[in-house]
Amino acid sequence: MGIVKTKDLVFEYIRRDEEGNVEGITRAIDQVNLDVKPGEFIAILGHNGSGKSTLAKHMNAILTPTEGHVFVDGKDTLDEENVWDIRQKAGMVFQNPDNQIIGQVVEEDVGFGPENMGIPTAQIWERVKESLVAVGMYEYRKFSPNKLSGGQKQRVSIAGVIAMHPKCIILDEPTAMLDPEGRKEVIRAARALNQVEGVTVILITHYMEEVIYADRVFVMEDGHVELQGTPKEVFSQVEKLKSLRLDVPQVTLLAHELQKEGLALPDGILTISEFVSEMKKLG
Amino acid sequence: MLRDITLGQYYQTESVIHRMDPRVKLVGTIGFIISLFLIKNYIGYVVPVAFLALVIKTSNVPFKFMVKGMKAIVFLLLITMTFNLFLTQGDPLVTFWKLTITKEGFELATFMALRLIFLIIGSSIMTLTTTPNNLTDGMESLMKPLKVIKVPVHEVSMMMSIALRFIPILLEETDKIMKAQIARGADFESGNLIKKAKSLIPLLVPLFISAFRRANDLAMAMEARCYRGGEGRTKMKPLIYKKRDFMGYLVFFLYLVVTIMVGIVIKF
Amino acid sequence: MSIIVDHVNYIYGADTALKVEALKDINLNIPDGQFIGLIGHTGSGKSTLVQHLNGLLKPTSGAIYFNGQDIGDKDYNLKTLRSKVGLVFQYPEHQLFEIDVFSDVCFGPKNLGLDKKEVEIRAYTALKQVGLEDEYFYQSPFELSGGQKRRVAIAGVLAMNPDILILDEPTAGLDPKGRDDILDQIARLRQETGKTIVLVSHSMEDVAKYVDRLIVMNKGKVIYDDVPREVFRHFKELEEMGLAAPQVTYIMNELKSQGLQVDTMATTIEEAKKSILAMFQK
Repeated sequence: MGIVKTKDLVFEYIRRDEEGNVEGITRAIDQVNLDVKPGEFIAILGHNGSGKSTLAKHMNAILTPTEGHVFVDGKDTLDEENVWDIRQKAGMVFQNPDNQIIGQVVEEDVGFGPENMGIPTAQIWERVKESLVAVGMYEYRKFSPNKLSGGQKQRVSIAGVIAMHPKCIILDEPTAMLDPEGRKEVIRAARALNQVEGVTVILITHYMEEVIYADRVFVMEDGHVELQGTPKEVFSQVEKLKSLRLDVPQVTLLAHELQKEGLALPDGILTISEFVSEMKKLG
Repeated sequence: MLRDITLGQYYQTESVIHRMDPRVKLVGTIGFIISLFLIKNYIGYVVPVAFLALVIKTSNVPFKFMVKGMKAIVFLLLITMTFNLFLTQGDPLVTFWKLTITKEGFELATFMALRLIFLIIGSSIMTLTTTPNNLTDGMESLMKPLKVIKVPVHEVSMMMSIALRFIPILLEETDKIMKAQIARGADFESGNLIKKAKSLIPLLVPLFISAFRRANDLAMAMEARCYRGGEGRTKMKPLIYKKRDFMGYLVFFLYLVVTIMVGIVIKF
Repeated sequence: MSIIVDHVNYIYGADTALKVEALKDINLNIPDGQFIGLIGHTGSGKSTLVQHLNGLLKPTSGAIYFNGQDIGDKDYNLKTLRSKVGLVFQYPEHQLFEIDVFSDVCFGPKNLGLDKKEVEIRAYTALKQVGLEDEYFYQSPFELSGGQKRRVAIAGVLAMNPDILILDEPTAGLDPKGRDDILDQIARLRQETGKTIVLVSHSMEDVAKYVDRLIVMNKGKVIYDDVPREVFRHFKELEEMGLAAPQVTYIMNELKSQGLQVDTMATTIEEAKKSILAMFQK
């Protein structure tokens, strides 16, 4: 079984009006089945309201299913006994860099998770050091988080999760509030963790250029998985992505347009170098 | 504005006092304040002045910096002095209109003002040399015995350190919302008190909403990182007494003894 | 309704040890009716600059003229200036405070001292200009979606009926759909009303297809100020500043360097497609 597995997952919440009367029921997640293998880099795409963040919160037992099950490292999130174990195995990084840093000094924030787990002091220091080194923030360990850029703050948050030695980290739109430079920093850090440390990464995002290196991509719409496959397979369906109002990298779009004009280009071109070498074959 | 208040803000430098365990500083400060109330006359002030001078010198915080911070309490000082000056009975010194200043009033006013100044300087040395974080740690540790009577010591200190972390963020946010509303023609400056209070609504409502949103996010982030109260938690930076801390206690104890001795001697 | 920025410098915390030179000798002329993109990464000074344009910040040295008048003059009416130069801040939905959408949009015009009827006409027009449907007018602004909230906030500034509208990163935090909706709406607004618009952004790709002039800032200075395609010629320098030209620029330059005869000045997919097809037809 995979590290994170959802089985016929359904999540509904009740909408209430101002007096607290029930207005209706919204199905935020509708029959989602995922199976993430250890060491994979998974991307979940979708626009706001597609259910992707709700799905993410299930992987850390912040939310629990209305129907179906979520298993993290084989443990059912519905079982209250498992909650703390699950939160340690599947760490989570959130969208707003300011609202998830607890410590007033970088190193203290990274130590927060291990402290909660009851790790002995000497080991906390080791973990803090190795985690900050892993995201390239070690030299900032004595800084106040308020003095860091958005990208740096998110890297500190990632370090805070890694210090708990999770098997999997879930990044819930970690780059939505960052500038392009900050976005690159965070994605680079996430990829390094995946490749060097072998940590499973689940990246939730609406930026297409962040998912081209993923092993598998899931596109969500209205609470269910609309498309899935390798980035190449998903990006081959340009028209479909456009109809879901998702961005497609310009190079993919250009190749698609040229293809429609009759040029013999393959589907799902994702990078400039790929495009150029295909063009050279034609030219 | 709010940011100009330097009274008691942490002053980054290197000194024995800075490195000292926060518990020593907390106990010392509280003890020092109590000792001030034991002193009954001017001569008695010689000891705390000498003690303060010693501590300030070792703390490496420029005395000028402390005095600058005192500006914030000038108003408080004036009020105390005025009350003592005019409301004390005794031998009249000067009389004008219906107000009389008595000899006793004059003496009491100066005495009280000095006590207040020493008190503020004494406690600001603690905050000047201790990071807020360190201070909350110290408080938590000192208040631990209160757990027996169900005081949520850990929770209180966690709340304090979170508050300290978010104060600069919320200040920045206030500034931003204020500018945004000014750009929409809002006026925070003119008008009488009622109008001014009313003009704060467009500032306070968004600020509260944002504070709640942040609190909500933070609570979720803390839970996601396995936070479940103080039970079973270890510390990254536990407080451990070192040699210098015992020295600190010793010096402070000597100060107390001398103060009391001087008090007894003068009385006779 | 032109703005002239004349040798403006701005220093944060001038008399402290932490002083930061946020703006260095800025000179700009913003004539009537232009659609301008102001690009720079975080900390480049772009947000500081736009806060000067409506008098929220005062230059440390230099001057700003609105219609020929120095806005730094003692008796200059800044309140009127702020109604003429509308500034929409980043994440503007965070400044909403009224119980319903309509009252919130009324806040600006009400502050201008207009009578009730005029206030309501302006609020209604503004909400229509941002494309919000009537059904939302009496809902609490906090119950709307992210994109809708942002529209309401923009309407709040539009209702002051400014001649110049400055938007500081109006698409920050929105998803691609929300982003395109807002930018399209702004482009439409500009077409219908002819207002001068300054779009502050850190994304070239987003603004390139809308604006007719790009101002690029880095470290408090204006580096480039030209039509987009001219600015993109410096894609290598932009890269060094932590900015990027649209991906198309890189594609075309890469093709050219590999010996394929394409037009490197193409900045949109449409232009690139034409240029590539033309090459094959030869």
